[in-house]
Amino acid sequence: MSTKTGLLGWIDDRLPVVKAYETHMSKYYAPKNFNFWYFFGAIAMVVLVNQILTGIWLTMSYEPSAEGAFASVEYIMRDVEWGWLLRYMHSTGASAFFVVIYLHMFRGLLYGSYQKPRELIWIFGMAIYLILMAEGFFGYLLPWGNMSFWGAQVIVSLAGAIPVVGEDLALWVRGDFLISGITLNRFFALHVVALPIVLIALVVLHLLALHEVGSNNPDGVDIKKHKDKDGIPLDGVAFHPFYTVHDLVGIAVFLFVFSIVVFYFPEMGGYFIEHANFEPANGLKTPEHIAPVWYYTPFYAMLRAIPDKFGGLIVMGGAIAIMFVLPWLDRSPVKSIRYKGWASKGFIVAFAISFVILGVLGAIPSSDGRTILAQVCTVIYFAFFMLMPFYTKAEKTKPVPERVTG
Amino acid sequence: MKNRLIVVVFLSLFSALSWASSSAVLDHMEPNLADKASLQKGAKTYINYCFGCHSTKYARYERIADDLGIPHDQFMDNLVFSDAKIGELMHIAMPEKSAKAWFGATPPDLTLVTRLRGVDWMYSYLRAFYQDASRPWGVNNKIFPDVGMPHVLYELQGTQILDCTGNHNDSSHETCADLKLVEGSGALSAEQYDEVVYDLVNFLHYMGDPSREQREALGIKVLIFIFIFFIAAWFLNREFWRDIH
Repeated sequence: MSTKTGLLGWIDDRLPVVKAYETHMSKYYAPKNFNFWYFFGAIAMVVLVNQILTGIWLTMSYEPSAEGAFASVEYIMRDVEWGWLLRYMHSTGASAFFVVIYLHMFRGLLYGSYQKPRELIWIFGMAIYLILMAEGFFGYLLPWGNMSFWGAQVIVSLAGAIPVVGEDLALWVRGDFLISGITLNRFFALHVVALPIVLIALVVLHLLALHEVGSNNPDGVDIKKHKDKDGIPLDGVAFHPFYTVHDLVGIAVFLFVFSIVVFYFPEMGGYFIEHANFEPANGLKTPEHIAPVWYYTPFYAMLRAIPDKFGGLIVMGGAIAIMFVLPWLDRSPVKSIRYKGWASKGFIVAFAISFVILGVLGAIPSSDGRTILAQVCTVIYFAFFMLMPFYTKAEKTKPVPERVTG
Repeated sequence: MKNRLIVVVFLSLFSALSWASSSAVLDHMEPNLADKASLQKGAKTYINYCFGCHSTKYARYERIADDLGIPHDQFMDNLVFSDAKIGELMHIAMPEKSAKAWFGATPPDLTLVTRLRGVDWMYSYLRAFYQDASRPWGVNNKIFPDVGMPHVLYELQGTQILDCTGNHNDSSHETCADLKLVEGSGALSAEQYDEVVYDLVNFLHYMGDPSREQREALGIKVLIFIFIFFIAAWFLNREFWRDIH
């Protein structure tokens, strides 16, 4: 029976709310040495809430049809009270989500947060990333601008490169021979109903798995090895209040930057909202330069770097797929980059630089020189993962301290 | 059709699509939404010269009247020539099909044109018409070669001709860099015409995102609020972590 009385006691006897609160907040002990990189999980949560809330309100005024979609977005921008704010918060939020998630993922790479026993956390996180990319892709068609149309056209047609079933698969996804109102309607259903449900479920799993094994930290040491007489980790602090107030600071900084974009640079020079999307979808008028939104460009650059279309598709898919198996590629006895050897440090820097270069190359028109650069970066990208079992095992690591170093 | 589509998709993926619309250098203009007189003059030029063929169908008359500080009755008397009510969207009477037959292409809606092409492009384009007898309307454009649109502001600007003095052998459009105004052929001087175009583009810039002024005014308040919130969070965090070492 619950130790609480009154209404809370009554509820707690029937639903373990107190236990859940303690497990996940007041008695969830997180390492006390979290640094800058550890803000992004909480910030991702804020962005998710922002996307869901603004999304719900946008849906109230949006019209999912080829005839009405473009005009309804302008209706939101002009006639709906605070509609422009909702729309810009949603469009900026989409890009912010990827900024935050990329930093969050890189944190995992830096400190080996995917290693045993956190493999499932990593896999759920990768699934979230994958769903997020699908969510962004489906959502991008909804304004029914010309870049929406051609972006979807190009990406769905990629499926056509798959031997035998490709053309039928593309047809099945579109529901039509071209991107049309039918495609728009199904993308709308996926964007506002199906994928958000999957996304929220995955976030819950991601957190449950995390709270089962506990958070990693910049030293990659296990804080559960040293506990006081009450069984509380000596290097741990209760998530609430210590990390809730701590995250609040990070969230404030994030919101400041986010607001600068929303209020002063909502198009972000054409990277968050592309210029060609300010005219309605037109199947007869191809934009001069079709580029996906910036968060897909590293993979788009890989696709373009491979001369064979189907080969490019395989490489692009492989680039994402290989991240899923990361926990089994790292054979290092230590988790954190702080105690790994020079090979790991060199590879992670080369990987990060290649990823950024690919991102830039995917956003600009290609040329012969750029294609070669993209090919080199693609090789480095894959080398980082495929050679990992070897260099992490061969290199000399530094001794890991018993306790966190602060 | 299907094959052509695949080719288009394939091209767009692998051939870099670097056929930029025009390599012409654009003249820069700095829009000023605080200048209500400029926006009002721009609205007048827009309604009188552009709105016959180009709709602004995502915008409403009333919003423009309110944002630009024009009283409703004055707006209705001077800027609404149809039987439209002030709360209506700014549609035009010309059917799209006829427009296509007459001009070769339907004149695009201009609500978002500055967001699509940029203010510099608009400002340059409207000042880049020149005499070209080979074109149906007798004019061509440096910024948008072989455009289907006639030079609607001709009576204001007058005649511009290609100045090929720098290129002795070749007088094709690509190599004639400059346009020369035939003095006295238009109602306005070159400076006055530039001003008319500036006001017009300034107005279209407003039209592209009418909430911009409200947005930027609100933005600073939001940022100040978040900054104060940040300071509070910072001290709260410091207080809680005081004893953790």
